Amino acid sequence: MRGDLGDFELVTVRTLHEACDRVAEGYRPLAGGTDVMVLFSSGKLAHPKWVDISGVDELRQVRVDEVTFDMGALTTYTGVRRHPLLSRELPMLAQAASETGGIAIQNRGTLGGNIGNASPAADSPPALLAYGAHVVLASRRGERTVPYETFHTGYKRTVAAADELVARIVVSRGDPRRVHYYRKVGPRRAQAISKVCFAACADRDGPRVRDVKIALGGVAPVPVRALEAERAIVAGEPFERVSEALGRAIAPIDDVRSNAAYRRRVADNLLRDFLRHVAHPS
Amino acid sequence: MAEAPIELRVNGVACAPCVHPMRRLLDVLREDLLLTGTKEGCGEGECGACAVLVDGQLVDSCLVPVVQVRGREVTTIEGMADGTTLAVIQQAFIDHGGAQCGICTPGMILAARELLERVSQPGEADIREALAGNICRCTGYTRIFESVLRAIELERRQVSGSAGAWSKPGASRAR
Amino acid sequence: MATNIGTSVPRREARAKVTGRARYVDDVVFPGMIQGVTVRSTCARGRIRGIHFGEGIPWDEITVVTAKDIPHAGHNVVALINDDQPALADGVINHPEEPVVLLAHPSRALLEKARAAVRIEVEPLPAVLTLEDALAKRAVVWGEDNVFKEYWIRKGDVDAAMARGDVVVVEGEYATGAQEQLYIEPNGMIAAVSAVEGITVWGSMQCPYYIQKALMKVFDVPAEKARVVQMETGGGFGGKEEYPSILAVHAALLAKKSGRPVKIIYDRAEDMAATTKRHPSRTRHRTAVTREGKLVALDIDFAIDGGAYSTLSQVVLSRGCIHAAGPYDVDHVRIHARAVATNAPPHGAFRGFGAPQSLFALERHLDVIARQLGLAPEEIRRRNFVRQGQTLATGQVVRDDVDMAAMLDRALVASDWKARRARFAEENARGGSVRRGMGLATFLHGTGFTGSGEKHLASIVGAEGMADGRVRVLAASTEIGQGTSTIFAQIAADALGVGYDDVEVATPDTRDVPNSGPTVASRTCTIVGKLVEQAAASIKAQLLADGALTEPYDAPQLRAACARFVRERGALRATAEYRQPNGVSWDDEKFRGDAYGAYSWAVYVAEVAVDATTYEARCEEFWALQEVGKVIHPLLAAGQIEGGVAQGIGWTLFENVVWKDGRMSNDRMTDYIVPTSADIPPMHVLFEEQPYSGGPAGAKGIGELPMDGPGPAILNAIHDATGISLTRLPATPEVIFAAMERAGG
Repeated sequence: MRGDLGDFELVTVRTLHEACDRVAEGYRPLAGGTDVMVLFSSGKLAHPKWVDISGVDELRQVRVDEVTFDMGALTTYTGVRRHPLLSRELPMLAQAASETGGIAIQNRGTLGGNIGNASPAADSPPALLAYGAHVVLASRRGERTVPYETFHTGYKRTVAAADELVARIVVSRGDPRRVHYYRKVGPRRAQAISKVCFAACADRDGPRVRDVKIALGGVAPVPVRALEAERAIVAGEPFERVSEALGRAIAPIDDVRSNAAYRRRVADNLLRDFLRHVAHPS
Repeated sequence: MAEAPIELRVNGVACAPCVHPMRRLLDVLREDLLLTGTKEGCGEGECGACAVLVDGQLVDSCLVPVVQVRGREVTTIEGMADGTTLAVIQQAFIDHGGAQCGICTPGMILAARELLERVSQPGEADIREALAGNICRCTGYTRIFESVLRAIELERRQVSGSAGAWSKPGASRAR
Repeated sequence: MATNIGTSVPRREARAKVTGRARYVDDVVFPGMIQGVTVRSTCARGRIRGIHFGEGIPWDEITVVTAKDIPHAGHNVVALINDDQPALADGVINHPEEPVVLLAHPSRALLEKARAAVRIEVEPLPAVLTLEDALAKRAVVWGEDNVFKEYWIRKGDVDAAMARGDVVVVEGEYATGAQEQLYIEPNGMIAAVSAVEGITVWGSMQCPYYIQKALMKVFDVPAEKARVVQMETGGGFGGKEEYPSILAVHAALLAKKSGRPVKIIYDRAEDMAATTKRHPSRTRHRTAVTREGKLVALDIDFAIDGGAYSTLSQVVLSRGCIHAAGPYDVDHVRIHARAVATNAPPHGAFRGFGAPQSLFALERHLDVIARQLGLAPEEIRRRNFVRQGQTLATGQVVRDDVDMAAMLDRALVASDWKARRARFAEENARGGSVRRGMGLATFLHGTGFTGSGEKHLASIVGAEGMADGRVRVLAASTEIGQGTSTIFAQIAADALGVGYDDVEVATPDTRDVPNSGPTVASRTCTIVGKLVEQAAASIKAQLLADGALTEPYDAPQLRAACARFVRERGALRATAEYRQPNGVSWDDEKFRGDAYGAYSWAVYVAEVAVDATTYEARCEEFWALQEVGKVIHPLLAAGQIEGGVAQGIGWTLFENVVWKDGRMSNDRMTDYIVPTSADIPPMHVLFEEQPYSGGPAGAKGIGELPMDGPGPAILNAIHDATGISLTRLPATPEVIFAAMERAGG
């Protein structure tokens, strides 16, 4: 344990209002701790002031109406998996949740923490991007909603202002006939940081794809949408064009976990597999 | 930042260690409450040796700031047996070779317990998934699976409705 | 009257382990105890120009130890085989994790800040970071030529055989990477120094007497003033064979200077980066084989990377090169073996100890040869297995009536080899994203120390009667999860004719137990267990000779006799000392003769699926069949095989040490990937028994054997599934992808 408690302050709040006040004072939100506490243990946690928001019940609600899922930022991976409607209608998000860490991590890690931590290799972001999610940011100044596809601005950077925290994530319920495809490629079956993560959601008219969202993790400084490839698919272009378009959307690197050539090829293979799956969903 | 008493229950016993709120639950258990059965294997939430139950849910205690368990029920390996009577899962680990060096065993047993309380008839796939956050370097997991399967079998044969197979009387089953 | 051996009695310390009561070193706190941390070098090689202690730290509160604090009468050396490794760097740095300064204080948090505030000023020197660079002498970083040790094994006339007209010569080069033992309990030690008792250390370890020797060397104290006590140890696998000596010396230096007990516990990052790992290897094969598949000559060049200091490299080299020719009958063998120095943290013992590396190369190469000749992999092996009366590479005559061909047949039946291969061939041909294949490996593993090693160890085991009539076994062999305490109790109980609970096994404490040698080399059950059997038998013999007991007797009678003997005579003791079995002879100079007293023999089979979308290879099912003399405890024995196979699967498919400037850059469990329960296949373990007279009830060693098979079996299966011939471990998806690209997708 290399962290020195003397360097840190952790205050607790019970309401979103209090949380916003604290964030405005320079405290950063701490919920499940699955990222922050690892840094703390290794002596690498730079920021000294933290606010425990895990007790803010209003951020733990999942509200469902006819058209949306409104998930509080404190929704855990276990919470996603166990919610009968979420897991049925947003299977990619449920699958991402089930492939994150192991049971102990899933019981603690939160969606808000996952997107707020903004790792490009995170498992939920591609699913949320492919579902066209929106993020509700809260601060003392009020709330604002941004499309999730604009949320990540650079490596570990988001549009959230210094005084804002992620309050809720909103996802449309979507056509029940749409086709979902999610695949996380990591070094082992559990407790793994992904090398490439691929999520795609398509609406079809018979054999034709009417609308599709494709998102990837682990292949760029941020989780990305492959917008050009999506357009090419809807336009009915041949696979080679779609593949080239995907190639232009990603910028994989060599790192301690994998290399660029592998990531690029696997992303392309997953695209091919997805299109096969869309043609014959079973 | 000042230390303050954090009231919680550990293995059914109320306590209020006076500690910094960000102190890892793992350190509070081991160093302040002298419950050394919970182990530190990595400090990163990867190995599961530090796993405990908080209100019945499996968590890695190296990742939990102690203030977050204020008012909660924490179960550690020391809370599994009922006096000198081992829980069925503990006996199964003895009978079927589930423990070799023993360092992963406390976390592994708690992960198994959480599974057995959550899923009524777990199959091998459920067991593999439930234990995937607990790394064992000695056994290759085979005898651990066997121990859990035998424990399930034993529980099925016991009188139903008895909470004694898995938990001490009074321990919370809340989610 | 054996009633315990062969049954799965409850593990001796199981109850303590499942209740969380077992005491590992970090569970213990002594009054007045303070913490210790290590400050390490920051580059692979260089000269230390200065050590600077930064601002803002209350240095006067902190105990600081450097090489200068080593007693003048002592030696700044980690005693092992050669004395080339300093306990603390003095003037020069030879690897990027070399310990330079030790700090102690009650507050771990302050120590971490202090550690970060120490700046070691190093003038860098050219470093050698790969085995190839060491052999090529890119720079000379050890001795005259970077070579720690060199061996030659020669049998017959390889050059003449290669020149024959009726042979095909097949070449291949194979390599294996480092592997981190990753025991879930990191290294830790507590030391206390007192004027009266001298030095005492408690900790996680495999070899108490190695540590004692190291303490004696540094502090110049006699054995009675260097007491070593093993605590419950959370896994070792060789990683706690020699490294704990360093930790003990460090803790003792701090304890001596501070006047307080000192605990040093490594966190995971430090343990992974700084302590020993499996030696990386490179093996070159040149093999002459007839067109019918009969091996005529093996010309093998085997090289291992030992890191910065020699430590155990010559012994790893020894085991590795002796196993390099495998379980085959070959008339002409030449093995050139070298262990070289690089500027990595020293590599060390890890289960298998050289044999997994050399056997990987051989077993992979055999499949390559088989393909070239158009032979099935099982067939080429069938045509070459060694039989009783034939000789291995060192000229050792095989004494076991071993029938590897029959074992192979049984393994093929158990794994449904023929039917599965046929089915996979058909499924693979139909296309689809998953290709499946089967692979096998056939091998042997020697029990105990090589050659005259056991003779030099001269192990001793004691037994003594207790006041309550039970008998206590005294041995330095440690329980590290493999079941030492349990099997010693079983063996002693059967030798005495009493129950399992009538025998106690003493905690390894150098004050109380004789030196039965290190807990390594698959020797504990066979070599030391045999001594346990003899010592216990001697207790029984004394009671019988004394008339205190007459045959036939039952357990309560022996206990009563023992209790009375102890009460009346004061003590009932016996010792047993190792004697080399008759007919065993070994020439250390020529490396010829009986390398091991006994071998265990094995056939392993793997079914593997390769995913063409992600290039992941997954072992789906595994069969491990081995002949081991006698299974002392079925559950423990199966556990050893299953655990070893899992580590082998890890080494083969998942575990990759990423080196950067000589240090392990993926020094966390997030980035060094070992298999989880979701990654390990169903395993089938099959034992066969042909008793070996030198082992208790006929038992041979099994601890390391399971490491030798998975690597080649899995890569052979990948070859079967995809046609891709991989020659390096680990076979990560990136490696498989690159190989498929080279092969044309």
